[in-house]
Amino acid sequence: MTESGSQPTNVVVAGLRAWSTNAIEEVIEFRGETTVVVARKNLRGVAEHCRDDRALQFNLLSDATCVDRFPLEPRYELNYHLVSIPLRQKIRIRVRLSTHDPVVDSLVPVWLGAGWLEREIFDLFGIQFTGHPDLRRILLPDDWEGHPLRKDFPVEGYRDIPAIATRYTRNRP
Amino acid sequence: MTTTVETATGPAKTMVLNMGPQHPSTHGVLRIVLELDGETVIKAVPDLGYLHTGIEKSCEDKTYSQAITLTDRMDYLNPLGNNLVYCLAVEKLLGLEVPKRAQYIRVLLVELQRISSHLVWLGTHAIDMGAMSVFLYCFREREEILKIFEFVSGQRMMTSYIRIGGLALEPPTGWIDRVEKFLKMMPGRIDDYESLLTGNRIWLGRLKGVGVISAEDAVAYSVTGPTLRAAGLAYDNRKVFPYSSYDEFEFDVPTSNDSDCFARYMVRVAEMRESLKIIRQAIDKTPAEGPIRSEAPGIIPPAREKMKTEMEALIYHFKIFTEGFSPPAGEAFVTVESPRGELGCFIASDGSPKPLRCHFRSPSYINLQALPKLVEGQLISDVIACIGTIDIVLGEVDR
Repeated sequence: MTESGSQPTNVVVAGLRAWSTNAIEEVIEFRGETTVVVARKNLRGVAEHCRDDRALQFNLLSDATCVDRFPLEPRYELNYHLVSIPLRQKIRIRVRLSTHDPVVDSLVPVWLGAGWLEREIFDLFGIQFTGHPDLRRILLPDDWEGHPLRKDFPVEGYRDIPAIATRYTRNRP
Repeated sequence: MTTTVETATGPAKTMVLNMGPQHPSTHGVLRIVLELDGETVIKAVPDLGYLHTGIEKSCEDKTYSQAITLTDRMDYLNPLGNNLVYCLAVEKLLGLEVPKRAQYIRVLLVELQRISSHLVWLGTHAIDMGAMSVFLYCFREREEILKIFEFVSGQRMMTSYIRIGGLALEPPTGWIDRVEKFLKMMPGRIDDYESLLTGNRIWLGRLKGVGVISAEDAVAYSVTGPTLRAAGLAYDNRKVFPYSSYDEFEFDVPTSNDSDCFARYMVRVAEMRESLKIIRQAIDKTPAEGPIRSEAPGIIPPAREKMKTEMEALIYHFKIFTEGFSPPAGEAFVTVESPRGELGCFIASDGSPKPLRCHFRSPSYINLQALPKLVEGQLISDVIACIGTIDIVLGEVDR
């Protein structure tokens, strides 16, 4: 499984390396899945190349999600799962972001489907996507405080904090 | 609320209408803010989150085997499919091989689940379009499938029957006979639904040429499942990236080129027939005897008899259910074909007994994103047809 699975994806890695020598920071192979780590400034360019290159044709953005490795730094890992429907390939593109500067280019201009996926990450992790046409909370209410999927957000929430409790009683006599 | 906007035919007064969150045809609690010019939709903005329960956050606080019960509750029309994708992801993380017999039984049950999910879709969509009787027929057959699930696992809906490394229990004797009985009955019943709907003038009038999305647009919006296949692209995870021995089964991937609501209906009906073919093959392939769980001490709970006779088995049992097992650090992303599209599970492990991150790529959530593209410029009554034929489950949208 690993043998046949890793052979075509290595072509992907080779293709990306041939396109730009410093586009890839690191290649991780685990259980037959290839992860390509790219620098934040290269993300949009790599994504566009993956979509448009004839030898890659990653036309479907299957998924985008974030992992919070708090308290390690860089803390956030964004994972984009790409699928090439014509060539039957999969690859994961990863960008690492630090606590102080969780900002990255939006991929909505590359894949329209990134719109809600990035809104979800913004909502639950507080990552900012520059160039996103409609970056609002999607699952939580607009006045929610904090980003619940961050590791420093308690599983049971902040329900005992007075600031939140008084908000709903403020206008009562 | 009314505002004046410039349209192609000059200035027009538009009205903003709230559809939902309590609207019978949204199949849950979905709110859509519609901007209307008369009966024509100018803009549609979906508003979600009414059912958000933080399942992904809860998974991070549970051991790997405890989280299975949460996955059932996301897409409540496809609990076994959710179990399957989660277990496949954990098994990939562990590098675990599942016995063939368990794989075939998994395929059989997931295909039954696909039929039951499509039946609920067909019934509720027919009600939305004004055909009450089809709903009753569909739920009659769905009940038969749920009875099979109850017989096999003890639960009608939230079965949690697929477990890491295999299945929860040995299926009871006689369960295959029940599936056989269902297989005999079902093709005629699908013909019945088709005779009620396929040539029906109202059904055709409400669905033909409504909610068209091209294959290019569908891929750009990451739309998958019957909606994408109705646009002419035969992308099915069971064929393209086979899992759980799907490569050993013979079946077709139904497609259509019309990409309207009616094409999605035809694709789903054809998928039910294909599922019946897969179930037939799965029955023939499944050996009557054999292991239903892989052998992995410390990860898979030992058999009951072993636990009573072997010291190690008892220790493993205790450790698995108290502290859990620890997969190696790394990530796994697995996709399966759910009745609604590409269902994915991403698990990141840091080598501890609880997942560092567990994310579900839910097809309903991502397909719903294309709704404005489908309905803008159409009539307000077509919005109902479009929501129906994308086939969303709000439990899965909001997670």
